[in-house]
Amino acid sequence: MITYLQDHFQQTVERFYTHAWLAVLPLVIGLVLAIPLGWLASRYRRVYPGVINLAGLLYTLPSVALFVIMPSIIHTKILSPINVVVALTIYTVALMVRVIADALIAVPAEVRSAAVAMGFTGLGRFLRVDLPIAVPVIVAGLRVAAASNVGLVSVGALIGVDQLGSLFTEGFTLFVGSIVLLGILLCVLLALILDTTIVLIGRRLTTWQRAVA
Amino acid sequence: MGVIWNYLGDPAHWSGSDGVPARVLEHLEYTFLALAFVCLIALPLGLYVGHTGRGSVAIAGTANALRALPDFGLLVYVVLLISGQLPASLAYLLPSVLVLVILGIPAALSATYAGIQAVDPAARDAARGMGMTGSQVLWRVEVPNALPLMLSGIRSSMLQIVATATIAAYVSLGGLGRFILDGQSQRDYSQMAAGAVLVGVLAILLDLIVAGIQRLVVSPGVTGRFRTAGPGRRPSLVTSSQEGSVVPTT
Amino acid sequence: MIKFDSVVKRYPDGTTAVDGLDLVAPSGQITVLVGPSGCGKTTSLRMVNRMVEPTSGTVWLDDRDTASVPAAELRRGIGYVIQQAGLFPHRTIADNIATVPLLLGWDKRKAKQRALELMERVGLPTDLARRYPAQLSGGQQQRVGVARALAADPPVMLMDEPFSAVDPVVRAELQNEFLRLQSELDKTILFVTHDIDEAVKLGDEVGVMRVGGRLAQLATPAELLADPVDDFVAGFVGRDRGYRSLGFRAAGDLPLVTEPTVRLGADQAEALRAARDGWVLAVDEDARPQGWIDVRQLDPGTTVGPDLLHRGGTVAKEDDSLRAALDAALSAPSGRGVIAGGDGRLIGTITAREVVERIEAERSAGVPADTREPEPAAGSRE
Repeated sequence: MITYLQDHFQQTVERFYTHAWLAVLPLVIGLVLAIPLGWLASRYRRVYPGVINLAGLLYTLPSVALFVIMPSIIHTKILSPINVVVALTIYTVALMVRVIADALIAVPAEVRSAAVAMGFTGLGRFLRVDLPIAVPVIVAGLRVAAASNVGLVSVGALIGVDQLGSLFTEGFTLFVGSIVLLGILLCVLLALILDTTIVLIGRRLTTWQRAVA
Repeated sequence: MGVIWNYLGDPAHWSGSDGVPARVLEHLEYTFLALAFVCLIALPLGLYVGHTGRGSVAIAGTANALRALPDFGLLVYVVLLISGQLPASLAYLLPSVLVLVILGIPAALSATYAGIQAVDPAARDAARGMGMTGSQVLWRVEVPNALPLMLSGIRSSMLQIVATATIAAYVSLGGLGRFILDGQSQRDYSQMAAGAVLVGVLAILLDLIVAGIQRLVVSPGVTGRFRTAGPGRRPSLVTSSQEGSVVPTT
Repeated sequence: MIKFDSVVKRYPDGTTAVDGLDLVAPSGQITVLVGPSGCGKTTSLRMVNRMVEPTSGTVWLDDRDTASVPAAELRRGIGYVIQQAGLFPHRTIADNIATVPLLLGWDKRKAKQRALELMERVGLPTDLARRYPAQLSGGQQQRVGVARALAADPPVMLMDEPFSAVDPVVRAELQNEFLRLQSELDKTILFVTHDIDEAVKLGDEVGVMRVGGRLAQLATPAELLADPVDDFVAGFVGRDRGYRSLGFRAAGDLPLVTEPTVRLGADQAEALRAARDGWVLAVDEDARPQGWIDVRQLDPGTTVGPDLLHRGGTVAKEDDSLRAALDAALSAPSGRGVIAGGDGRLIGTITAREVVERIEAERSAGVPADTREPEPAAGSRE
């Protein structure tokens, strides 16, 4: 494993960055898209079942199926990393919509009415009161999404996208286990980095919880 | 979009050992085989940890740790490790099923454990106080109330397995993933797409079946699905657990 | 009978929950354990059915040492009712109630029948039998809890704050029904509550426990109110002890005065003739008191109508307690407390002074404080 790393250092580092980027971008876009959708589902109860069921349906689809279907829907080339990003964004949205909807529903009604009474309105109230309270739950969901995405990106090697998953395909073709192991370790490392980052950001946003604990 | 139907439209692709029905069957075989083992391992373990409360930290920790592992990588690695030592017929099947089982366990295990934990402690206390033995409390009270979460855990595991089994075609397994991989090497996009659609439909169908089972098996008193209207949401002493929430899969 | 014999419960971290409890809960009676949080009352209760095992000492059920019987078997012979009811959400009401009989091996049909009988007994409409606990209100769920504990007809019942989780109106109903049930069933009941009023209302004997698990006083409610053994018990029992203790004394033969009355619909002149000190009592055709009329508010030529009634006074029954009689007198706008017979018909009135004279007379005659009559439900309002 060490020799491989020494021989292919540059390439491995590039693959690591590509992998990171392919995992994080969908997380960010997915989160941004899921917030308004989740808010809609939490606010309008008639919409909730429909949105949640659709999200559940999308989440049921195996990732590789999405990767393969993407090109025909958005007219990209099969090899293109965009397929991965779009597919994983869909996954992230599907997961986070429910998390966000449930987190917002769980904000205590008394807190909300107190905020309104103090003069918070509309978007301001949402950003300054509801969302911060929902942060811990959202963070938990995001951690799951992050770990999930890191694993899913590697499947992209099957459609030819070059990232850490390529270490798996190389290792298999060459029948060298240690290359595969390197890939696994780097994936786990990336997952850990993302997880820790998310937790730290979450902590920053919820200093009030730490003060109590 | 029409290109997807090319492959499926051709009747030749619906017969023979590499036809659609055969591959679907293979895929189902892998899925149920792995799911059976997952249930055999995760359910008793989850019940034990939930009922006695021992080992909960270890369980939670392992479940979380396993989630960080890349499924594809694990699959390839285990195959490389073990296949050499096995007779040819099993060489790829055994390690693949092994990985499917390992990847499927966390969802079912943590859901079972969470389900048992979520049972109303007053109901548990009353059950013991009435004279039920430990195992009677488990089977007559805890399990029926933990069913929604347990079943949703099994559902997640199943979806995880279906997805990973698709990828397992890479390590020479059969199943619907074959269309995707063969289609790629043959540069036949419509074959790839056909495989993708088939596996998507299969996943949705299986999910619906388990959801249906959930509806049949779980007591209405637990899900809150009542035929006759109750006296409305008055303050109640009973907590009826919600249907299990989505636990993520590959 | 339940007997605690030097029972101690000490936890591994050193806390003593129960410190040498000696207590007998007599058969066929309700014994209430009451005290502040941390006094060990619930722990003591749970040592009877071995949900908590004593560190030392013995708990006897009649002549059997509870430790000598396998726990599950012991518990099947004891009714157990807890604060949150602990109903099984996944089973129907009838199935919940039938749990212990089925555990004991009864025939299914017999068990189901028993469940329906009990539902009626505890005041639940039988069409709720196939519903699930989540569809019932809190008060209904508590009744199911009691029915479930009674199902196998155990001689002993353990009740841990069974009525605390419902609102006060429902709680009072449940308490009254519980007393009615017990009068029919005569079970040996050990009841735990933190509410001294509930203890005094329900208990044949009340044991006050102090923090640290020691019994401060065991006495009848009347004795407890009249003679608390130390400051802690006095403080716990609370104020209004004197007034409350009147609830345990029968009014007996109070010197009632015949009260002139007027019928609803009578005219003003008639009312004026009947009134004393400006007030007249209005009754219906069956001589049932309806309320007081202030004749100064009657204009000439008008009739006595329902809108003129002052309904503030309570009505005491003739076999009620001194407390009820005094309350009737104090609450009547005319100063004359209305006493009615068991059928609701007016018997006469009495003033507060006359009630107090009777109390004083009894005190000098040395009538003991605990001539206990069960205190009925609060006197009806007009």
